[in-house]
Amino acid sequence: MSKKSVHDSVAVFEQALLGSPEKHYTLKLYVAGSSPQSVRAIANVKKICDEYLHGRYELQIVDLYQQPQLAQGEQIIAAPTLIKKLPLPLRRIIGEMSNTERVLVGLDLRKKA
Amino acid sequence: MAKPKPKPESKSIPQLLKAPTGIQGLDEITGGGLPKGRPTLVCGSAGCGKTLLAMEFLVRGATQFNEPGVFMAFEETAKDLTQNVASLGFDLNDLIARKKMVLDFVYIERSEIEETGEYDLEGLFIRLGLAIDSIGAKRVVLDTIESLFAGLPNPLILRAELRRLFRWLKDKGVTAIITGERGDETLTRQGLEEYVSDCVIVLDHRVSDQASSRRLRVVKYRGSTHGTNEYPFLIDEDGISVLPVTSLGLQHAVSTERIPTGIARLDAMLGGAGYYRGSSVLISGTAGNGKSSLAAHFVDAACRRGERALYFAFEESPSQIIRNMRSIGINLEPWVKKGLLFFQATRPSFAGLEMQLTMMHKKVNTFKPHVVVVDPLNGFVIGGNEVEVKSMLMRLADFLKTNQVTSLFTSLTSGDKPSEVTDVAMSALIDTWLILRNIEIGGERNRALSILKSRGMAHSNQIRECLLSNHGVELCEVYVGAGGVLTGSARLAQEALEQAGKLTRKQETERRQLELESKRRALEEQINAMRAEFVVRETEALKIIGQEQAQEAQLLRERVEMGLSRKADAATIKQKKRSK
Repeated sequence: MSKKSVHDSVAVFEQALLGSPEKHYTLKLYVAGSSPQSVRAIANVKKICDEYLHGRYELQIVDLYQQPQLAQGEQIIAAPTLIKKLPLPLRRIIGEMSNTERVLVGLDLRKKA
Repeated sequence: MAKPKPKPESKSIPQLLKAPTGIQGLDEITGGGLPKGRPTLVCGSAGCGKTLLAMEFLVRGATQFNEPGVFMAFEETAKDLTQNVASLGFDLNDLIARKKMVLDFVYIERSEIEETGEYDLEGLFIRLGLAIDSIGAKRVVLDTIESLFAGLPNPLILRAELRRLFRWLKDKGVTAIITGERGDETLTRQGLEEYVSDCVIVLDHRVSDQASSRRLRVVKYRGSTHGTNEYPFLIDEDGISVLPVTSLGLQHAVSTERIPTGIARLDAMLGGAGYYRGSSVLISGTAGNGKSSLAAHFVDAACRRGERALYFAFEESPSQIIRNMRSIGINLEPWVKKGLLFFQATRPSFAGLEMQLTMMHKKVNTFKPHVVVVDPLNGFVIGGNEVEVKSMLMRLADFLKTNQVTSLFTSLTSGDKPSEVTDVAMSALIDTWLILRNIEIGGERNRALSILKSRGMAHSNQIRECLLSNHGVELCEVYVGAGGVLTGSARLAQEALEQAGKLTRKQETERRQLELESKRRALEEQINAMRAEFVVRETEALKIIGQEQAQEAQLLRERVEMGLSRKADAATIKQKKRSK
């Protein structure tokens, strides 16, 4: 696991050195059960990813009720939280992802206004 | 016949359950602890001890009351916290390993967070819920949840979520402490007191005249009575102690045992037996009047009896006291070596009053002395803190009395004040008050001691001159006579004068006696002479009388013979014969 992440970060680093705009995204979305907020957040994230990161992202959706221990491990406070693990830097995007502009800022796809 | 109606429920109405904090003094103020199963807000400015109080609450809960706890830290990492409280003797790693505690550091980095719509704090709830369930926690600390406002956007959502969180904690039945930073106008910056309103405790750390003091106040406590004052507390190697609330009453038992003062003459002045055990004694006087010497006598006497004495010195170092007392023939060093006497010498400005008081408490509790000396009290008065000093000394005096420790305080009276007034106005606390004053006569100062009061015993109303000789303090009577009250050389001079007068009078008397004696002798001689003369006269007179009688007898005889010769009648002869 750690080996893999080391490998990943090396790859990312190399890719960053090459200056390739086509970065690969590793995303994790933590939701709390199937509340309307969760449902909306999942739909919004999927929509944004398909639109802006088509084919170069990996999205994992975690239900905190199912894996509560991850809340501590991943330092989750708010729900829903989308964590952009890669590319670095790490970002936490909280809320139901209804503000697309902000999600894009969080994903470093837009400069902060 | 109707059965007697069952009496209405005699058992008392169930009171609010309380979770004891185990923190020295706090449980007394709150009448048993924090409200069980409810959140309590602890607020105060930075560095006032919020985190520590909360941590001690958890640690004591886990170790003393078998109530495991969860500490959710928003400011310090678990590692930092563990290190920080290790200095208080709390081993968090051990507690965590024994599943008595969960430490969860909540990491919030504002720059990492992007808010994109409505959110809630369910993540925190799940996290906390898991931590609570994992060890069956009964206590929870959220320190400092207000950090969320700095880390997360949208305060409106946060407020609503916090309200939900506190309700959720209540539903969980855990006793919680929520800490909050003090705001400008409100108790906490984010107005948490609106949500957590069952019990609010405010901590305060203030510095006045360069001495810091910590205070604790229970602002509100729903459903319970509580002490409402500001109570000083301190943080030391044993954690927090709120002090001292044990002596709020006046119920200490008293002893009738008397203990000598170390000076026989002073004992005599105090009803012949000295101080009462467990009483408080004040020796006040102007500078250099022998207050410490009297104290040293007292300590020496106690150690001689094999009792332990504790000497709080605020002006001199122990070795200085020992040297100085040796000059008046009191050797305290052996007692120190034997462990009967302990000097605690600090500058009064070394710590705040509460710290001083607590250090004194602690020392008394560990050393268990029979007598305590505080020399002098005045050191505590820095600036205008008389009120605090008084309350502190009252607590100290009460504490010592409760423990049946005889206390002796010295107080320096400044020259321009009447000697009946102490700087710290603690006269009312004092059972026996000795006053040392200077009497200036004839170009010299002399020490005079008198007893201003001594509760519960007959005592001398006389002023005694107090001499510091090389074998201790000596008390001798001052000259009180036609010449006024005299001490020192004036007294000696007056005494010499009186001595001379006495001698003169004595000589005069002797002279008179001699005179009388000689007069008597003269008179007696006269009498003797007269008697002798009388004897002579008497002899002469007797002689004449004898002659006359002889003559008469002769005459008679001659007459009879004459009669015989003239043949007188027989009757006459018979008469004559009979007369023969």
